[in-house]
Amino acid sequence: MRKEIRLWSFPILSRAVGMAFLKLDPRKEIRNPVMFMVWVGSIFISAVFIAGVLQGVFDGFNLQIAIWLWFTVLFANFSESMAEIQGKARADALRAMRTKTIARRLLPNGKEESVPSAQLRLGDRVVCETGDVIPGDGEVVEGIASVDESAITGESAPVIRESGGDRSAVTGGTKVISDRIVVRITAEQGKTFVDRLIGLVENATRQKTPGEIALLILLSAFSIIFLAAVGTLWFFSDYSVKQSGTSAFITTAVLFALLVCLIPTTIGGLLSAIGISSVSKLIKKNVLALSGRAVDAAGDIDVMLLDKTGTVTLGNRMASAFYPAKGVQENALAEAALLASLADETPEGRSIVNLARRNYPIKAGSMTEIGGRFVPFSAKTRMSGIDFQDSKKSIRKGAAEAVKDWVRSAGGSFPVEVASKVSEISAEGGTPLAVARNNEVLGVVYLKDVVKGGIKDRLLHLRKMGIRSIMITGDNPLTAATIAAEAGVDDYIAEATPQAKLERIRAEQKSGHLVAMIGDGTNDAPALAQADVGVAMSSGTQVAREAGNMVDLDSNPTKLIDIVEVGKEQLMTRGALTTFSIANDVAKFFAILPAMFLGLYAVAGGIGPLWALNVMKLASPQSAVLSAVIFNALIIVALIPLALRGVRYRAIGAIRILRRNLLVYGVGGIIAPFVGIKAIDLLVHAIGLA
Amino acid sequence: MTTANWVQLVVSLGVVFAVAPFLAKFMTRVFEGERHILSFLAPVERGIYRITGVSAKQEMNWKQYLAALLVFNAFGFISLMALLMTQEWLPLNPAHIPNMSWHLALNTAVSFMTNTNWQSYNGEVSASYLSQMAGLAVHNFLSAATGMAAALALIRGIRNKASEGENSTGYRAPLGNFWVDITRTTLYVFIPLSIILTIFLLSQGVVQNFSSYVHGITLEGKDQILPMGPAASQIAIKQLGSNGGGFFGVNSAHPFENPTPFSNFLEWIAILLVPVAIPFVFGRMVKDKSQGRALFAAKTAVFAIGMVVVLVAELGLNTMTGGHGSMEGKEVRFGIPASAMWAEATTVVSNGSVNAMHDSFSPLGGMIPLINIMLGEIIYGGVGAGMYGMLVFVFITVFFAGLMVGRTPEYIGKKIESREVQLSVLAIIGQTVMILFLAAIAVVTKAGLAGLNNQGPHGLSEILYAYSSTIGNNGSAFAGLTVNMVFYNVTLAFAMLVGRFVVIVPVLAIAGSLGAKTPIPPSVGTFATNNTTFVVLLIITIIILAGLNFFPALTLGPILEHFLMLKGMVF
Repeated sequence: MRKEIRLWSFPILSRAVGMAFLKLDPRKEIRNPVMFMVWVGSIFISAVFIAGVLQGVFDGFNLQIAIWLWFTVLFANFSESMAEIQGKARADALRAMRTKTIARRLLPNGKEESVPSAQLRLGDRVVCETGDVIPGDGEVVEGIASVDESAITGESAPVIRESGGDRSAVTGGTKVISDRIVVRITAEQGKTFVDRLIGLVENATRQKTPGEIALLILLSAFSIIFLAAVGTLWFFSDYSVKQSGTSAFITTAVLFALLVCLIPTTIGGLLSAIGISSVSKLIKKNVLALSGRAVDAAGDIDVMLLDKTGTVTLGNRMASAFYPAKGVQENALAEAALLASLADETPEGRSIVNLARRNYPIKAGSMTEIGGRFVPFSAKTRMSGIDFQDSKKSIRKGAAEAVKDWVRSAGGSFPVEVASKVSEISAEGGTPLAVARNNEVLGVVYLKDVVKGGIKDRLLHLRKMGIRSIMITGDNPLTAATIAAEAGVDDYIAEATPQAKLERIRAEQKSGHLVAMIGDGTNDAPALAQADVGVAMSSGTQVAREAGNMVDLDSNPTKLIDIVEVGKEQLMTRGALTTFSIANDVAKFFAILPAMFLGLYAVAGGIGPLWALNVMKLASPQSAVLSAVIFNALIIVALIPLALRGVRYRAIGAIRILRRNLLVYGVGGIIAPFVGIKAIDLLVHAIGLA
Repeated sequence: MTTANWVQLVVSLGVVFAVAPFLAKFMTRVFEGERHILSFLAPVERGIYRITGVSAKQEMNWKQYLAALLVFNAFGFISLMALLMTQEWLPLNPAHIPNMSWHLALNTAVSFMTNTNWQSYNGEVSASYLSQMAGLAVHNFLSAATGMAAALALIRGIRNKASEGENSTGYRAPLGNFWVDITRTTLYVFIPLSIILTIFLLSQGVVQNFSSYVHGITLEGKDQILPMGPAASQIAIKQLGSNGGGFFGVNSAHPFENPTPFSNFLEWIAILLVPVAIPFVFGRMVKDKSQGRALFAAKTAVFAIGMVVVLVAELGLNTMTGGHGSMEGKEVRFGIPASAMWAEATTVVSNGSVNAMHDSFSPLGGMIPLINIMLGEIIYGGVGAGMYGMLVFVFITVFFAGLMVGRTPEYIGKKIESREVQLSVLAIIGQTVMILFLAAIAVVTKAGLAGLNNQGPHGLSEILYAYSSTIGNNGSAFAGLTVNMVFYNVTLAFAMLVGRFVVIVPVLAIAGSLGAKTPIPPSVGTFATNNTTFVVLLIITIIILAGLNFFPALTLGPILEHFLMLKGMVF
């Protein structure tokens, strides 16, 4: 899935060319007023040429202008096709997943029946066992299973999906590789996650984003103004011709050529490709933007809410230190804790084993070697541990209160210094775990939230981009503050309820901020829906995935940085190409206007005074007009790679970015066509086209 | 330029730039309703509200503000047109001037209502003293105040917090009160300034009387009529309020309007003073003076470029006079530099008074005033109009800048989004397209060509100038075009209406939409609008957006004329 598509290869290019022709449909062209003007011009001049031929006049100049105007339209269509093909390749792969599977539907009486997946209805319950392909989007209502989601995420490691909790959503087309689950279907056929993805990448449902619309309006306004400038030029020229009694090179072909050169065809032609490729770029980063609007908004995000667990910290608490009770060796405490945790497969348990093995000279074999029986954690005892059959020795580790009761019931006592250590650890935001052997309290294990490596740098990067981070956690304020300080987030909300998250987002929005929220749980859903950019973790619940407007398939919360960058790059690419497009007009004026008025006030067939404006020293009026039109068409093709790749965003501050882009695309945009048109003119003249 | 010329230029500019910030401080206090040195006039202000029944505390939203503005203008237009068409029968008409024709009255009424002050009429032969005083002079005050009011509404839209309105008055986005704004602008700003200027002008010999015209015999034995009238008082506001409609036909070239180099110096300052002060008012009102300074810098930079070109063109580019400056069409008592300076000032401000005939300038020297007007009268611009016109360009520039840095832009804390961009585009597109469209009609119709006194590219320049000047609400004429005929009176009146209201309506809508937005606190990604980069980008945007479209037309007008002049051909 993740394999790169080689864009500039023959099959893709030829397919894009074919699509470009199909897009000549006026119903499609009219959606972009700028290109529609070119389209109208192409038809008009073709008609003029054909009318000429019918009357026995073959006007090679008109033919060439017509051809190049058609090329201008086709090149713009081609750029859109190329962007779409990027997405299509992925859509085809997705569609392959949708192959008809046979679902095992559970009947109310508990029996199973086999039905094609297409016949599944909302609310149906289906059974999936090892090797089965999950027939549709849904929620696990029973059981736990590991699921291979590589078809969607490209991630080969299987993920755990279980009923209840925040990992209950499954996607149709993924494969169960162990155990058995019962899935309740939550999406109708044709509206599943995969269907939405296909629609999205195929551009079928892609709506123009507000930013794109605003720009298109501005570009259309430019086009109207230039239409007025070129249209009235015909009248002014008519006046000048009559007044001077000389002639001007003003034909419909020349006027349309001038118009097409002036209106911002470069950006107008590439605008749609930029939008599509932004969605594709996100897909490449394994983020699915479910609305183009969200991509637009992503560039503007200045506040980010992130869930603590799994985002700022590793998902689980880790043992970080042993604090022995008075008279107990640290080694002994470590050994006891190790023994109690040997068979404990919870992350906390494993972290105790690791800590003890790494830092203390303890030799302990496997459970069978030491002859112990594991006592698992239960909600009732709130402890886990080990019982040794031979020595009647028992070790327990657990919440301080539980261990205290256990020790007391065996006639022991809970030492004061251990109790104070327990409250000290709590105060620091850690979790104390008391360890006891029979009736003796050995000490405390300090379980700590471990801040993810590199998170600090990522947050710093965000801050440089102008984004403030707010950590959300269910922890008490003290714990939250400790972790916030360690991770370097700007602010935190402790003891957060779904309501509190929602309120905070509303408050930030009210004071003018654009907020991104990253979440996975069902209780995040309201906040995800309220946020301007709601990024749901793919591992999260179906509810969360529905509420957000982006889904991160890697379930990596710092992905937001990439999302913001793509949003910004999309805006910048639009801006750069608009600037370039408009800056180009200067040179085109100097190419076409002198060509038009070469003969004005010319004495006895000589050269008129306005030919002095031909600063590029173009060979002839015909060649000047043709060169400008050819340049205008070719520049679209030349800039397709830039449109698809995007202008790179760097967090170097707004003013420096602006200066840089103005220099490259503004000043560059003024100079480039002077060079380009001159070069084309030399060529056109050399091979005798005009 | 001689040393004296340099001194004149530097001193004149120095006075304007030195006084403007102080005037701005005073004006801000007036507009904000704070205490100022003229607060003793407050009873007059309250009296006006009591008589007219205006409740001064009532805030208006943009639709109410616009409605008040339109009603006020419509009333002014109708009453002025009626006055002009009946002046023959009314008092204060010692010269027995007849009623104006319907089209001349229409043109003149629109002209004064829109602060254009285009003169299809000729003051001394077609307007009675009553028409001048009760009609034209009154509108000189009120049209300037109207422009100021629209600008104030937009400034408040940028500044205000949406929540303020919701709490205090029940309106979203309160933009002030139109009636209060025009009353304060007139009472505290324009009347006092006019009184001061009038006194100075009287000292220089500008006429101020109700006498009949004086008949005399010249040394050559020919009859001459010397027109009289209450000129000084009207000329003061004509210059201060970016009006420009002369008491007499030849405007400020007339010795009774502008008798001496000193009166010329004063009037030149008066043309620029208020428009130059307004960016500073803006800075103060949005509580960030650097924003005002940035706009002032952008305006001044374009002003300076134009000034240099006009001076160079007039002093030395004229090959027909062997590279010496040409005195044709200029008054001997002012000379070339003062005439060129005036031309630059009166066209960057949409003033439109002239002390020399722009028509007689060298082709490039005449092109600069034309371009100044074509840019939309925002390089200082008319009172108020130059401010809101500039802000429209600022919004578009900010939108571009936002695209370039990858962020939806904001200006002084307000997001500039699709709606604002659309409305800004509308304000610009209407003017540009209409100038080209009307001029194109004029050059190919018999009626349009009938007014031409000059041929070739020069004739095209004249027509372009006429429509640019009316759409820009400038009002100066290139001269050489006979316009008192139905075709020109009606099309030019239409142009003036487009130039005024196709800008004011979108501007007030923008004010409403910005006012309803919550200000955004600045962050690292925020693009600052008070630095050189922004100023440069703003200037480039203005030149490209407003200037580039006229390049083809200018090519066939002044540029062609310039090249022909180099070959020894003149028109």
